[in-house]
Amino acid sequence: MSAPIEEPGEVLAADGTPLKRSLARALRVQKLRALMLIAPLLIFILVTFILPVADMLYRSVENQIVSETLPKTVVALESWDADSGEAPDEAVFAALAADLQIAAEQKIHTKLGTRLNYENPGMASLFRKSGRQVKKWDLETDGPFKEQFVDVDEDWADPEVWQTIKTYAPKITAGYYLNSVDMKLGADGVEVRPESERIYLTLFGRTLFMSFVITASCIVLGYPVAWLLANLPMKTSNLLMILVLLPFWTSLLVRTSAWKILLQQQGVINDILVWIGLVADDNRLVMINNQLGTIIAMTHILLPFMILPMYSVMQSIQPTYLRAAKSLGATNWTAFWRVYFPQSVPGIGAGSILVFILAIGYYITPALVGGTSGTFISNRIAFHISISLNWGLAAALGGILLAVVLIFYYAYDKIVGIDNVKLG
Amino acid sequence: MGKHRKANAFVEFERVQKSYDGKTLVVKDLNLSIGRGEFLTMLGPSGSGKTTCLMMLAGFETATHGEILLDGMPINNIPPYKRGIGMVFQNYALFPHMTIAENLAFPLEVRKMGKSEREEKVKRALDMVQMGQFGGRRPAQLSGGQQQRIALARALVFEPELVLMDEPLGALDKQLREHMQFEITNLAHQLGITTVYVTHDQTEALTMSDRVAVFNDGRIQQLAPPASLYEEPENSFVAQFIGENNTLEGVVKELSGEKALVELDDGELIDCKPVNVTSVGQRTRVSIRPERVEANPDRLHPDAHTLKAEVLEFIYMGDVFRTRLRVAGRDDFIMKSRNAPDQVRLKPGEHIKIGWMPSDCRALDAL
Repeated sequence: MSAPIEEPGEVLAADGTPLKRSLARALRVQKLRALMLIAPLLIFILVTFILPVADMLYRSVENQIVSETLPKTVVALESWDADSGEAPDEAVFAALAADLQIAAEQKIHTKLGTRLNYENPGMASLFRKSGRQVKKWDLETDGPFKEQFVDVDEDWADPEVWQTIKTYAPKITAGYYLNSVDMKLGADGVEVRPESERIYLTLFGRTLFMSFVITASCIVLGYPVAWLLANLPMKTSNLLMILVLLPFWTSLLVRTSAWKILLQQQGVINDILVWIGLVADDNRLVMINNQLGTIIAMTHILLPFMILPMYSVMQSIQPTYLRAAKSLGATNWTAFWRVYFPQSVPGIGAGSILVFILAIGYYITPALVGGTSGTFISNRIAFHISISLNWGLAAALGGILLAVVLIFYYAYDKIVGIDNVKLG
Repeated sequence: MGKHRKANAFVEFERVQKSYDGKTLVVKDLNLSIGRGEFLTMLGPSGSGKTTCLMMLAGFETATHGEILLDGMPINNIPPYKRGIGMVFQNYALFPHMTIAENLAFPLEVRKMGKSEREEKVKRALDMVQMGQFGGRRPAQLSGGQQQRIALARALVFEPELVLMDEPLGALDKQLREHMQFEITNLAHQLGITTVYVTHDQTEALTMSDRVAVFNDGRIQQLAPPASLYEEPENSFVAQFIGENNTLEGVVKELSGEKALVELDDGELIDCKPVNVTSVGQRTRVSIRPERVEANPDRLHPDAHTLKAEVLEFIYMGDVFRTRLRVAGRDDFIMKSRNAPDQVRLKPGEHIKIGWMPSDCRALDAL
């Protein structure tokens, strides 16, 4: 044959173009069509999920308010030594006066006060008070301003106030994240908050611990049910399936309230225990508004999410495996443990990931039955979103929660292998 | 049978019945005795009760009535894992989460065998099925035929005296199936183990077995070695089920010992060998194997019975010719003739005379 010698690795199509390119062209229309089909969903997810998540993640580090409200002050503060132990000099106060006058005009000085108040309590009122006064001053003639600021509020002489302003001057801050793990940015860098102000690490720890407990109890309670579902005759298993799904058709609030009725101290369970005589009337069990209540109610609510993946995996395990194991001499237990159980692990994995991730971010049930000792980090996030309006902190807490889930997911992949997760 | 146990019977079914729903019997009064070292096949259409019988023997189903004996011991109340019976399943049932070697070691492990002994036995079993180098693979990485061999090795590795096989070759293609048939029978005879094999494929049953039990409707219709099953079917079901068969219907006119005169539905009279006809005037189905029909007058035996026939179709199949004829008013009469140099190739529309020996023509029940 007199065909030209082809370059190794490059195969040509009949018309001489490289085969790869010609294949890509042939597939382009198909790919485009596939993309068009998923486009509505893709756009929906982008707008309602990815963009908000990205926005919140940005908010967790965003800190433009200081440099935008006090631009001159921030520049003037650059030359001030935060470790000097003294308030800055007149130049900084003059800049502050100029900045505050504009800010007070636009009524944004109180916002800055609120923001800085997260880091150094007391600064909200400091800014509110000073803003009112500075409005009346004439910048040209009324100087010097240092004395006058200290007259308005002696906190202005406190270097700590200035340290806070200087620390939070950059446009990007790690402050919210540090706050989320009970630390703060001090003059000398990162420091641990005083014990009385620590709250989040305990909450994170509790959230993780309780999510683990809830996941574990879902596995223990769900496994036998899933097994029955997969092995009973069709008619019976359909009925059982309806019972499993029944909670899905009932409002979450109704279910949670039902647990309140059952578990409270004057509730059904306590009444029965007292009536039987197991519990003294003046010593009724406390089963709600604490961790126990949250664990019981959430296990109940999340159980179907454990059962369904386990069921669909178990359904695909052929009964002949057990028969084969028994014919080879394995007792019922050995056959189950060595042959059936390993094959059902992917279902446990899928259910556990689902339940754990749902549990770690659960809000409404802990809020209703958790009391003070049974609340989750999500309840704190909700507090910062809707009451304290510290969205940056809420975003940082959420960001950490997201990171924790991803870390667990990664660890699961390393230990068990994500290929071993099957939803059916 | 009942009391007449064979001296070397290894497996015995005594008046065994099985019902799943309490209304109908899937297995009706089964009596069967399987000799030590015998290769017995249970053959029958689906729903005939053959698999149920196998499952009762394995211990996965309990007999509703009757006794199953293994080596003289009743085993009705012994759980499957204590019976020590090897079993090969239809879909192989190799444990997907274990390697091939782990699969094979499983029965030895649960018998608490030491590691070195275990490894040696696994190796020997793998070599036995020529799969020595596959120990480290997983079942999903093997082809159907290889999985089949492993399933076989796993059922044999703990050296059971009895092996049950439930349509083990059903999922393989024709060529592989024929090869495995040969391998399984060889292995079974070599090791001297008793084998009970369930299939619905009659060729498999005929080529592999020492004896075949033909099941239908929960009963054994005939229990015989392959040759007599094919050549001397005892009733219409067996004649029809095993191999190809020509059926002519008629009424018994005379009956005397070894001979029966049957008047076919079109008035033709033929001589037959009575098998299960008992009285004159009874309706009967006459069965003749297609390869026992002859059209070449030179080859016809002088005692042969001849009949007029019209050629409807001539099919060339290579080694044989298959000719469809109209005989005695039926147009599904098949004649098979060997492809020999002197063989005539008939044309559709030809009127010929065909014949057969009266001894090849069996008068059976009319169903």
